[in-house]
Parts: sequence; structure tokens; C-alpha cells
Amino acid sequence: MNAKTMLRAGLIVAGIAAAPAFAQDTGTLKKIKDSGSVTMGVRESSGGLSFTLGDGKFAGFHVELCERALADIRKQLGMSQLNIKYQPVTSQNRIPLMQNGTIDIECGSTTNNAARQKDVAFAVTTFVEEVRIAAKANSGISSIAQLNGKNVATTTGTTSVQLLRKHERATGVDFKEVFGKDHADSFLLLESGRADAFVMDSQILAGLIAKSKSPADFKVVGEVLNVEPINIMMRKDDPAFKKAVDDSLIKLMKSGEIAKIYDKWFMQPIPPANVRIGLPASEATKAAWANPNDKPAEDYAKK
Amino acid sequence: MGNWDWQVFCKDTIEGEVIPSCFGSGGDITYLDWMLSAWGWTVSVALLSLVVALVFGSLMGILRTTPNRGLVFLGNAWTELFRNIPLLVQIVLWYHVIPALIPALRSVPSFLLVVAALGLFTSARISEQVRAGIQSLPRGQRMAGLAMGFTLPQTYRYVLLPMAFRIIIPPLTSESMNIVKNSSVAFAVSIAELTLFAMQAQEETSRGIEIYLAVTGLYFITAFAINRVLHFIEGRVRVPGLIAAGGK
Repeated sequence: MNAKTMLRAGLIVAGIAAAPAFAQDTGTLKKIKDSGSVTMGVRESSGGLSFTLGDGKFAGFHVELCERALADIRKQLGMSQLNIKYQPVTSQNRIPLMQNGTIDIECGSTTNNAARQKDVAFAVTTFVEEVRIAAKANSGISSIAQLNGKNVATTTGTTSVQLLRKHERATGVDFKEVFGKDHADSFLLLESGRADAFVMDSQILAGLIAKSKSPADFKVVGEVLNVEPINIMMRKDDPAFKKAVDDSLIKLMKSGEIAKIYDKWFMQPIPPANVRIGLPASEATKAAWANPNDKPAEDYAKK
Repeated sequence: MGNWDWQVFCKDTIEGEVIPSCFGSGGDITYLDWMLSAWGWTVSVALLSLVVALVFGSLMGILRTTPNRGLVFLGNAWTELFRNIPLLVQIVLWYHVIPALIPALRSVPSFLLVVAALGLFTSARISEQVRAGIQSLPRGQRMAGLAMGFTLPQTYRYVLLPMAFRIIIPPLTSESMNIVKNSSVAFAVSIAELTLFAMQAQEETSRGIEIYLAVTGLYFITAFAINRVLHFIEGRVRVPGLIAAGGK
């Protein structure tokens, strides 16, 4: 390969990397109206927020909120029918897929933070997550201070990893971190005794414990380590679409209907296994419903 | 290209502040420090697994060409066992399942488990290449060795293996490069290697493209370095005129 071909290859690679930037010249509402369809980004396994029922079907608290918002948008646009396509996404690809137009609205478990607000927009906060500790019920662990020298599991590619590192630095507590490749794997580390505790979003912990072989053996303990708003995500710089989604969500919040939808996904048995997650809405979540806003996680940390 | 942000590597991993020297000090580490340490883990996993793979692969490959049917069976069984199970599944078996059956293995660090898993997986592939290398030699060479009064091990040591290993250097080169790339599965058992770094750092910094490009570059450099080393060895050990295909 001579220098010229190298340069050319480099330009092609650079072109591929830069391509997403050109794909968002029309508003999402126009796109929905023109194509008669909308693509919803969903998660395979994000607790009660967004999960698969198998067979290409998806459900959960955020999925239902999105479906309701899209139904309102369909009426607003005067369309008789709107075809919703579901596209599973991961933590790694959700933002690029949003930017390049593959998905139009993401209804999963995306933390709303200042860094991401540079790349994407978030609807008003619908769920506030608390990061906590899961441990075996008979372990006697009840606080993060007791984890000194213990093996602490968390999942690769989540903000909890960074959170643990910050805690370690701030308090001088020395954890031995063990990284699971996904939440189920991290829970297996706790179950098999390779880890003494599992630090993660309490919604996910509650869901994993509910689905485990013996839910009574585990419990969520200790102080709230972090509070993060989890929002429905949209493309940046599309105020008309954001307003349409926000209006629809705020309507559900004002009427109190959002609490019923929450109850359905977090307090009642949910498919596919008909288990109950059993996580009442936190005070922070209720506060977000009472005063709809899209503040990033950084604003919560200041409190 | 205005939206590149290569400064992300100079940020420290606690507060996300850019550190002018790009290297942290006094216990602080930057993403660059972290990535270099991750590269070290990748190289360590790959090289140690390669040693395991070469030792067991050569041994099993040789057994499969011996006249003893029991040994042939052992070599074949080994090869089929390790090459018919997907690598990630093998890693999970070593990490979660086998320690559940043999509690003593629980205290073994996951680094050693992943070296064993990746080494044995690759040993099956190397065993196949060693067998093919030995069988590619004319049968007369083995017979001549034995007729000269060499014992069977001596025939292998002085007649068959020197030629067989020279013949299989090209596929061994590919296999050695594969082991670097396959070492990425170590992220599944909590080894802080390059893939785990990439998955985690892109989440923390939201600069996935820069992080993945850098990690891709490091994988390429590592694999290509192995390629060059083996290419050098291939040139040095060549016996002129003995292997027709050896000339260029």
C-alpha cells in the first residue's frame, strides 16, 4: 500500500464515520407523516422499563409511555394509521442509531446526563433511578462502608462502574470490582458467591431478584449511592417532535394516569414469567411527575 | 471532521477533567493510562494463552499421528472437544460451571481461567495444524527414521517435527494473530482488557468513535507485530531447497 492508497482508504473510513451527520435534515414529525411509520428503539432486558417478550415483541413502562405518546402524535398529524417498528438497541449503539436516523424515539433505560445532551434530546423525566446495593440476605451487609475489601460486582458499560470508582476515591473504601458482561451475568456472580454485593440501578436489581430461583435469599440494602433521571430519548434539535412527546407525557402526569401505568409494570406481575418486580415509585420519581422537567443527572447530584 | 475529540484520552477517570500531560499522577489515572494498562492485559492474556496452546496443541497433534490407537483417540477426542464448543461458551464454563463442580477452582484468579480456556480452545486448532504438517511429509521419512534405528520419539524429534513445524509456520502465524483478537472474550470474566475498556470508557465519556478507533488500532498493532515476528522466524529457519514452496 503506498501513501496515496493509504490516504484514500483513510478518507473512506473517515467518510463512513462522518456520514451520520448528514442524515437528519428533516424533522421527525415530517418523517413520520411522510413514511407512515416510526421506529422505536427498545431494550432486550432493562427491567420493567423496556424488555422483550420474545418473538419480536417488546413491552415495559417506557415502551407503553412511548406508544401512548405516538398515538397522540398520530392524532395530531391526522393520520389514520401509524406503523410502529421496534428496533432493539444496546447501551453502545443507542446514541449513534438515534443520530443517524435508524431509530426515531428510544424507550429504554437511558440516563439523561449533560454529556449526552450534547448529542441527543430527552423527553421530560418519567423515571428516576436510584443506584443501590444488592446482597445476600444472610450476608449482614447493610451499607457501602461494609464492602471494604469485598468483591463488588457491577456490569461493564454502565455508569455504576464510574460511580464505584468515585466512591472508592472519595471514601478510601477499597472494593475489588468484578465486571459482569451483562446484568444477568453480574447477578450470577452474586448468586455463585464470586461477588459479595452487586451495585446497580435498584429497578434492575429488584427485577433480577424477583426472577431469581429464590428471591428471599437476596435483598436491596444500604444508602442510595446515586440518583439518575432515566428518560425517553429523541434526536437533538427537533423541538416540534420533543414538544409533541412532552405534551403527551405531561398530560399523563397531570391526570395521574402515569402512576397507574407505573403500577402496572412495577407492582403487578408482568409477562413473560408473571413475576412482580415490587418496586414502588421513589420520592424522586414522584417529584419528577409533579414538576415535569428534563434536567440532567448532574442537577440531581447537586441536591 | 470538526466533531473529533481526541482530548478524551487525557481526561482523568474520576472527574473527567483534562490533564495537560495526558498521564495521571498520584493515584489519578487518565483514560490513556487505563487504555495502556488494558493493552497490557490483552497482550498478557494473548501471549500466555499462546504458550498454553502451542504446548498442548503440539502434543495432541503429535499423538494423533502415532501408531498407537489409544493415543490417536486421546488426541482426536481433545481436538474435537475443544473446537466444537464456541469460545465464549467455553469461557463461561470455565468461569461459572467448573468452579461450581470443583470448589477448589473458585479461588483461581479469572486471569488464569481465561488463559486456560483460550489456550485450550486454540490448542485444538494448533493440534489440527500439527497433524496436517506431519501427515504432509512423505511416509518414507518416518520409515527411514525408524529403519536407521531411531526410536519413535527420536524419529519425531530429529526427522518429522523439524520439517513439519517449518511447513505449518504460515497457519501458525494466523492462529497466533487470532489469539490476540480472541482474547477480547476475556472481558466476559472481568479482565480489564481492551474490549472491556472500550465498552466502559465509551459509556463514561460518550466518545465511542474515538475510543473504538484507538482500541482497533492497538489490536491491529499487536496482531501485526506477531505477524512480523513469525515472518522473521519463518525466514530464519528456512532450509533452502528442502521445501519447494518456501522460496519466494
